[in-house]
Amino acid sequence: MSQPIIEIRNYSLNFWTFDGVYHALDDVNLTVEKGQSLGIVGETGCGKSVTVRNILGLLPSPPAEVVSGEILYDGKDLLKALPAEMHRIRGIEIAMIFQDPMTYLNPVFTVGRQLVDVVLAHNRARGQGEKISRKDAETRAIEMLNKVRLPNAEKQMSNYPHQLSGGMRQRVLIAMALIGRPKLLIADEPTTALDVTIQAQILELIAELVEELNLSVMMITHDLGVVAKSCDRVAVMYAGKVVETGTVAQVFDHPAHPYTQGLLRSIPHPEKNVSVLEGIPGFLPNLLDPPAGCRFAERCPRALDICRKVTPVGNPLAGGHVASCHLAEELEAASA
Amino acid sequence: MLSLDHLNVVFNLGTRRAPVPLKAVRDVTLNLEKGDCLGLVGESGSGKSTIGRTILGLNRIETGRITFEGVDIGNLNRKSEMQLRQSAQMIFQDPHSSLNPRMTIFRSVAEPLVLHTSMRGAELRERVQELLNTVGLETQFLYRYPHELSGGQKQRVCIARAIALNPKLLVLDEPTSALDVSVQAQILEFLKGLQQRLGLTYLFISHNLAVVRHMCNKTAVLYLGRVIEEGPTEELFQKPLHPYTRALIDAVPLPKSGQDKRSKLIRGEIPSPIDLPPGCAFYGRCPHALDGVCNLTEIGHFSAGADRYVSCVLQDPQRSAALS
Repeated sequence: MSQPIIEIRNYSLNFWTFDGVYHALDDVNLTVEKGQSLGIVGETGCGKSVTVRNILGLLPSPPAEVVSGEILYDGKDLLKALPAEMHRIRGIEIAMIFQDPMTYLNPVFTVGRQLVDVVLAHNRARGQGEKISRKDAETRAIEMLNKVRLPNAEKQMSNYPHQLSGGMRQRVLIAMALIGRPKLLIADEPTTALDVTIQAQILELIAELVEELNLSVMMITHDLGVVAKSCDRVAVMYAGKVVETGTVAQVFDHPAHPYTQGLLRSIPHPEKNVSVLEGIPGFLPNLLDPPAGCRFAERCPRALDICRKVTPVGNPLAGGHVASCHLAEELEAASA
Repeated sequence: MLSLDHLNVVFNLGTRRAPVPLKAVRDVTLNLEKGDCLGLVGESGSGKSTIGRTILGLNRIETGRITFEGVDIGNLNRKSEMQLRQSAQMIFQDPHSSLNPRMTIFRSVAEPLVLHTSMRGAELRERVQELLNTVGLETQFLYRYPHELSGGQKQRVCIARAIALNPKLLVLDEPTSALDVSVQAQILEFLKGLQQRLGLTYLFISHNLAVVRHMCNKTAVLYLGRVIEEGPTEELFQKPLHPYTRALIDAVPLPKSGQDKRSKLIRGEIPSPIDLPPGCAFYGRCPHALDGVCNLTEIGHFSAGADRYVSCVLQDPQRSAALS
């Protein structure tokens, strides 16, 4: 059953900037299995968005430069795919939704026009079977809007994006992403711009559609609560590295990396009455000149001499739980 | 210390000839005592920021009164306005846009002191240094520019500027929403300590319920400009009485394992504040709405224990007495 739909292996990425080479990603390994949802969490600048952007070839090169690694989709390396091949994958096999729905909808075209265009473009890109008529495309669009539970779908087709609320726009964007029947959905902070009650509705909608359309999901967020609620597995990123991966239960109940532990101690937990939030003192290391050894060592309360010299590799713990820390076993046992 | 009495704030979205009134704040009554931290929670458009800005005299009061230390804020002359500016200060969500990019940190923090006091020269520099130390920044930041600082450091500068004149009240409008959680934790703990040290009173505006629960001793929940529930924070979170408060608390995803991916949720979205239906504003989304009651009559505030008020028919003691 556990067949990976996407596999990122030893992926390192640099950006060429005026100040020097920015080591944005270093040896990232991630796997999403079919039908699974993987959450990628981390703070600003940890590389979570950059990691997924290049799955769809969305990073211009230069300045981005892939140093090493491969992104395997159904056994095919997307980093080496030709533009024509990417054209048949982007939006059709793998779709993406973004944080701010207004930025990704064209304000001068109606919602219907934009959805229909997507259907027609997919049809052209697939280049097989018979041509789909504009009328059929419209029917498909309305069908999809109903599926994302947009009220009055037919009427909304002739509305412009500014006439919709934030939650409705995000539903339109989800409809647009899913109209090509993709197998993998990448959601980059899909609910960050929304209010909590609307966020809850959108997360529920995604969960329902995942089941209905047999989707796999990569969800990027900075909100630990969102990951815990809507994902099966979690990957925690820090300064361009994946520091811990595991199931939601493993990572949240037995965090084995000091950074994950620090994050969990930084947020007020509504059910545990914590009197003092600890936070994580210090700053992100400068990735123009990343430190030797563990990138978290500078801020880590448990750092040893070895941490500043030897880069920790993925330390496998029980049940597929992996933490890149020299002390992982000890920390996991202590956090029980 | 601060009291809002049946406050109404109305914005005109039309022209003077053909006004389109938007009632941003409707009949809000709140009281803050010295040392309180009152949390204002609600979704976007609920009027929480408008209340904060109105307290500082940044919006016109339509009807109602705001009194701060016995002074009516709607009715200020030049002198008492200067007084208010000193004793009530605001901290905004985005520290980057609230600092002038062309002013050094020293100038930003010194500005209120230059305007309101006669401090100059060495004395001024000493006081600014002292303020930066209070907020946990080193003196080396004095002559830096905002773009050289991180988000957390910039927010600390904003706090230093706000406390420069020894205010009594701080209005904090989403002070940590733009920050990462590890930095948010540091700023929240710092604000807590500061409040105790300087004996400050906080009005804490946030959409993040967990943060409000952590910070505030009293909480008021807003929906479309009205306070629908109010009370001591722990009580309100443990036993929410209004269906909206309940829904809001349930909608927050928790950072723990074993949650259901789907949950029973309130449907629909916040209605337009321009053309409000009569009765309870939450009627259209409420799972317990009573036809013919909630959508017709204006709902009053009912007392539900010490310092607790709720605006829901289901909590009306007279109604439940009549039913039983």
